[in-house]
Amino acid sequence: MKKFYKILKEFLLLIAALFFLSPVYIIIVNSFKDRQELYENVLALPKEFSFQYYIEAMDKMNFMTALGNSLYITILSVLIIVILSSMTAWMLARTDNKLSKIIFMVFIATMLIPFQTLMMPLMQFMSTITNSLHIPMINTREGLIFMHIGFSASISVFLYHGFVKSIPITLEEAATIDGASKFGVFWRVIFPILKPITVTVMILNVINIWNDYLLPSLTLTDKGLRTIPLSTFYFFGEFTIQWNLAMAGLMLTIIPVVIFYILAQKHIIKGIGEGAVK
Amino acid sequence: MQNKHNKGWYLLFTAPLIIIFLTVVVIPFVIGIYYSFFSWDGIAANPKVFVGFDNFIKLFSDTRFLESTWKTTFFTILAVISVNVVGLVFALLVTSKLRTSNIARTMVFMPYLIGGLILGYIWQFIFLDVFTLIGEVTGFEKVFFNWLIDMDFALYALVFVFTWQMAGYIMIIYIAGIQSIPNEVMEASMIDGASWWQRLKNITFPLLMPAFTISLFLTLSSAFKIYDVNLSLTGGGPANSTEMFAMNIYNEIFGYGNYGYGQAKAIIFFFIVAGITLTQVYITKKREVEL
Repeated sequence: MKKFYKILKEFLLLIAALFFLSPVYIIIVNSFKDRQELYENVLALPKEFSFQYYIEAMDKMNFMTALGNSLYITILSVLIIVILSSMTAWMLARTDNKLSKIIFMVFIATMLIPFQTLMMPLMQFMSTITNSLHIPMINTREGLIFMHIGFSASISVFLYHGFVKSIPITLEEAATIDGASKFGVFWRVIFPILKPITVTVMILNVINIWNDYLLPSLTLTDKGLRTIPLSTFYFFGEFTIQWNLAMAGLMLTIIPVVIFYILAQKHIIKGIGEGAVK
Repeated sequence: MQNKHNKGWYLLFTAPLIIIFLTVVVIPFVIGIYYSFFSWDGIAANPKVFVGFDNFIKLFSDTRFLESTWKTTFFTILAVISVNVVGLVFALLVTSKLRTSNIARTMVFMPYLIGGLILGYIWQFIFLDVFTLIGEVTGFEKVFFNWLIDMDFALYALVFVFTWQMAGYIMIIYIAGIQSIPNEVMEASMIDGASWWQRLKNITFPLLMPAFTISLFLTLSSAFKIYDVNLSLTGGGPANSTEMFAMNIYNEIFGYGNYGYGQAKAIIFFFIVAGITLTQVYITKKREVEL
């Protein structure tokens, strides 16, 4: 009887999980069908596999450009976030004075501010900087990277800060006595120890920045600068009725995510779990 | 000398991030408060007129805004319950040492990575074509029809897709919580003859309180701030019936060009989000038990 329950549980869990992935099945099968075939039966397998709609969607979405932009923006943002926030968090955690406490408190408190509260004044302020200081913040990928760093600062500093607190200070003291500078101590002794939390910080930020729609939609106006969520949005504005083409387009946007998931699955699940418990 | 040296290092390590953070978050926040006291259409050449607290007073007679606040609250309550129930059930199943555990965890987590905007488009198609097909074939047309064109069901569709997106994420947090419960406690209770339900109620749930605090915090704040799924799934329709708080602010500012009034809404939005989440964390933190 016990064994029967176990098999039943196995079976139910698998069904539930498959149910969760069923939308992916629906987009895959329909991305190969022509319009008539699609409306005959949306759940059936396609009669033949032609990549015609993929090629068309790729062209209409400017997919390769969007992929390049998304990769450039995400990778650069995350790298700079890791470098700057780990340095800041370490200094704040190891310098025990009022100023450090205040700075850390401000980082934590601002985590509660929704993006919608900042978006309009942020855009105003960024265009002021663009116009008066001639630093191109608006409508450039680098300007967007700058803003992504600002928005990710709080959570990243918070995660690093908690981790640094758990490292015994004696290690650093030994290195300092040996004559290493603060810079040397941090990069040679501390940063390697931070590796587990660095993985968490990277994964959380990659997911957020890769999927972000609203901030890029406000800052990037040039067609050639669009990220994947942006080009998906404009693509749907133009081709909603042609669902087979739309399905191929959606499939294209999911492929990079699936590749990322397959390559880094263990780190992602561990990273998310640890990031939340902190 | 040593002290001055240290100050230099302090500045070198912290200043770059603090400067970026100030320009992107802190300064815009302050400017935002300033704007909320003005009436302005967003065009630089046009004057900003100081109106004091008028924008905030106007909010109380803005029926579309009040409607949107109520809808967002209703959505948040439903979404928080459904995400946490689904997430917790999956977490309990996945950690009960089944052979399908790993593959199930992988699949359930997948939607979270795809992102709200794209999930919304996928589900738009499913409601439009797959639901109507199932309705026609099975005859349950009262349940399986295009939810997105019905004023009430469109909101449930939003809850459904939001659950689809978030449940896997919350599941991972509960899994981490369950795995941190020491095995000895479980074994001891089994020797004492505690039933499955007694163990769940008296051991698992109390020890899961920290995970519960975090999961509630994450679902509460992300449900209340929902935008991407809202935009791609319903676009606020039909007839503004699913225009959530965040979308209402966006439309007020960039759609109607009421920059000052929209910013006043945005400031209120901040106070509500901060108020709700801090209260929740305070309440659930008190119930956490130490082992």
